[in-house]
Amino acid sequence: MGDHGADDAATEADIARVFRLEYGRAVAVLTRTFGNIDIAEDAVQDAFAAAVQHWPSAGVPPSPAGWIITTARRRAIDRLRREASREDKYAQAALLAAARSGTGPAPAADEQFLAEQSGVEDVDDDTLRLIFTCCHPALARSAQVALTLRLLGGLTTAEIARAFLVPEATMAQRLVRAKAKIRDARIPYRVPKGAELPERLQSVLAVVYLIFNEGYTAGPADSPARSELCTEAIRLGRLLASLMPDEPEAAGVLALMLLIESRRAARFAADGGLVLLAAQDRGRWDSALAAEGQELVRWCLRRNRPGPYQLQAAINAVHSDAATAGETDWAQILQLYDQLLAVAPGPVVALNRAVALAELRGPVDALAAVEGLGLENYYLFHAVRADFLVRLRRYPEAAEGYRRALALAGSAAERRFLEGKLRSPAFGGAGAV
Amino acid sequence: MTQYLLSIYQPDGPAPDPEFLEPIMRDLAALNVELQAAGAWVFAGGLHPAESATVLRPSDGEILVTDGPFTEGKEHLGGFTVIEAEDLDAALGWARKLAGVTTLPVEVRPFQH
Repeated sequence: MGDHGADDAATEADIARVFRLEYGRAVAVLTRTFGNIDIAEDAVQDAFAAAVQHWPSAGVPPSPAGWIITTARRRAIDRLRREASREDKYAQAALLAAARSGTGPAPAADEQFLAEQSGVEDVDDDTLRLIFTCCHPALARSAQVALTLRLLGGLTTAEIARAFLVPEATMAQRLVRAKAKIRDARIPYRVPKGAELPERLQSVLAVVYLIFNEGYTAGPADSPARSELCTEAIRLGRLLASLMPDEPEAAGVLALMLLIESRRAARFAADGGLVLLAAQDRGRWDSALAAEGQELVRWCLRRNRPGPYQLQAAINAVHSDAATAGETDWAQILQLYDQLLAVAPGPVVALNRAVALAELRGPVDALAAVEGLGLENYYLFHAVRADFLVRLRRYPEAAEGYRRALALAGSAAERRFLEGKLRSPAFGGAGAV
Repeated sequence: MTQYLLSIYQPDGPAPDPEFLEPIMRDLAALNVELQAAGAWVFAGGLHPAESATVLRPSDGEILVTDGPFTEGKEHLGGFTVIEAEDLDAALGWARKLAGVTTLPVEVRPFQH
């Protein structure tokens, strides 16, 4: 392609890789420089457009991140100077902010700057600031999720809209409104400290895990954009865990996602139906992801500051430890659910605990444990309860439970799984649905 | 610095008993003193009941005058405080105190400047 030989020439894949790694960090740095997210986004997109033009012939620069940030900053300043001369008050404010940040109108040598340890720390601090701004509790959860994917993940509005099954115009409006609120209400660009931090971190972790869950519920029948949310959530989880090494819950949520994701290949049958943990072909589990998750769980145990994500990760680690479903250490799982109920009480946790209880003490105790949970609108409640009823040979009630679960199930994979259950000979064969 | 409107919403219906209101009004006065000491206070005021409101509505070149309030709901604007704060987090800090003192929901909105 270029004059510098194949070794230097950047391919589209190289640029895409740099984009994935550096987009969010570059937007974070530029947001601090100019005090404005829109300016930062435009500038970073300009810089990547320039990279697409120059890198195929000139090769990938030694510090791609430094090149992107320097180029973005120069382009933003050029553009802002033009706009500021036309009395644009946003442009004037942004130039002022850039001048105050000390690296403004005359850009420092970012490549050297980034290579130095202090520079990397600055970029890390900015990235954390951007995460906490995107997940600020004054923004609706749906806006927090969209902003995080847009600004930190570099996903396009169209990609986010596809992943969340909403029209692109709706998603575009959601992003515009959220950014306007950040600007107009002056949501600060800051990492919360002290007493504020635990609550604010909860919001960040919830956003990351919600992105993961959206992808998790997607089966083979769904658009790949949905299952890619899991990859994106894990990428965000890794980023967060590396930026907040003193927060075991950040490691906990990453471990939880890795352990769940390790079972992706085994979670769906050939017909696209869901395969429950007990029936999964454990040979198809991704042992590298599972090992990484288990290592993080062990690290969390050593830290001994348990929280809801760490405990859920630990439960999943126990499952990953068992070579066969029959070897599952249910006593340990029940104990972990008891701990989880103590720190994060809720009916869904109680329902999951009952599954472990059924394995240890049988379906009579388990059935008693799920009564009165108030989960009548949750498909899994009916499915789990029906499973206990099958074990008690109370087939008509079980069939009724599966039918109610089927009526409430959200995904095609869940419905296929439940239809399979209802075809069981115990319910009189195929006619039961 | 940005100015924020902190609107206090109270349920419709008769006013609470004086025994209930008295400590609230005392705490509210103390909060206003605290806001003033911090240089964050701009203006604050409680409003008469919503039935005291009158609405003016332009229509076909005329201005129609009707009995208020503007919106009929389960809550109405009971009073408000205008503060000056560095950013939303600082404004939310004051609003949290105001909600705690009044035991009522508080809406925080930035002024255009």
